[in-house]
Amino acid sequence: MVVVNHYQCLHCGGCVGLCPVNALTLYELHLEVSEACTECGICVKFCPVGALEGTP
Amino acid sequence: MKVDCLVVGAGPAGSVTAGDLARRGVETLVVEKKAEIGPPKRCAEGVSQRSLEALGINPHPHSIARTITGAALYAPSGKQVVMEGQGMEGYVLERKIFEKHLASQAIQAGARYMVKTQVLDMQRVNGAWEAQIRGLEGTETVTADLVIGADGVESKVGRWAGLKSLNRLTDYHSGFQYEMANVSVNESYIHLFFGREVAPLGYVWVFPKAFSANVGLGILEREARMRSHQYLKRFIANHPEMFARASPIEVNGGGIPVNHFTDMVADGVMLVGDAAQLVNPIHGGGIVRAMHSAQMAAEVGASALREGDLSRDRLLSYRRQWDQVYEDKTAQLLKLRFFLEKLEDKDFELLADILDGADIFELTQARLSFFIKKVLKRPSLLGLAKKYLTD
Repeated sequence: MVVVNHYQCLHCGGCVGLCPVNALTLYELHLEVSEACTECGICVKFCPVGALEGTP
Repeated sequence: MKVDCLVVGAGPAGSVTAGDLARRGVETLVVEKKAEIGPPKRCAEGVSQRSLEALGINPHPHSIARTITGAALYAPSGKQVVMEGQGMEGYVLERKIFEKHLASQAIQAGARYMVKTQVLDMQRVNGAWEAQIRGLEGTETVTADLVIGADGVESKVGRWAGLKSLNRLTDYHSGFQYEMANVSVNESYIHLFFGREVAPLGYVWVFPKAFSANVGLGILEREARMRSHQYLKRFIANHPEMFARASPIEVNGGGIPVNHFTDMVADGVMLVGDAAQLVNPIHGGGIVRAMHSAQMAAEVGASALREGDLSRDRLLSYRRQWDQVYEDKTAQLLKLRFFLEKLEDKDFELLADILDGADIFELTQARLSFFIKKVLKRPSLLGLAKKYLTD
């Protein structure tokens, strides 16, 4: 499962719109990853600041 | 709770839809998941005066951070092309005030708002939508005949309604921005910087505000060797003439859709603005398209509610209205986008030589034929132009 670095996340929600399995949800200032995550790595590649870690 | 229409998201698209629906007598509830409408912004805040006038939207004077008279474009060598004059005047907005003003206008028109309230899920039940919402007072169910998805690039409404609203990394810029104080630029213009090393397949923008400037960029991951954050840091370090004495007062990220391939309509659902990827694919601007789609959706939605027919077929007239205005233009701009994405830095220098400001304005209006003629005369661009710009 992709791991969020909550100290870096800017809460821009950009990754949420890319997740093919709808595993990401932004709750105001808290980005959550659900069990549905397949570690495809698309969100990791996108993140403007590198706040997501997992399979690249 | 039962309402005629539930609007998810209180950005410009959501609040313009809500205001227009309420003015037509539709009982409208807007839910915004954030504690405050506005921040964090995901936007460079630039908008053309002419486009706002065309929509009949008058920003509150407090929403305007700066009035600009044109744009300065820079090739990788620093060579500058200025676009100025009729049609180029614009505003750099203060989005957090702009959005609150649009929301307050919608409320004056009769819409009801809830903040720090998030839609968790929604289901189709007996020809209506049931949405579970969670706010400060806990969870409740809202039943609505019509749901407007104005929930931005991260749209969940589209997914719950079974629409293909997923963005693709190949058509989605990774955006990063500082709002900085004490930037030294000509504050009459917005400034755009191009080049493979500056911002691969995108550009850097410097948009002056009242006492600060939005300094940001968008890049496509495909050609990027670092993150957008690192590209911007390098740009700032390479331009001490602008940034030697500047510091950030805010930092923003964002995803910018640069292709439109969403189905905007399902039974009882319409997507507006970024949720439907309605962004200009050349400059990535989305405010005007968001509000225009909102006006169209509200008109169709109000009539459909009056007729009691919220089927996809009925709501498709929203999509038809959109296509009538934007389909050809967007197709032309996408063609131009694919051409520009193939350009090397030396090609940008060449374009800066052969194009003037008025030419570039024409291009952003999707009028390409003169451009194709000019470009076809340049042997080095002939192949690319033939491949991407001519049919």
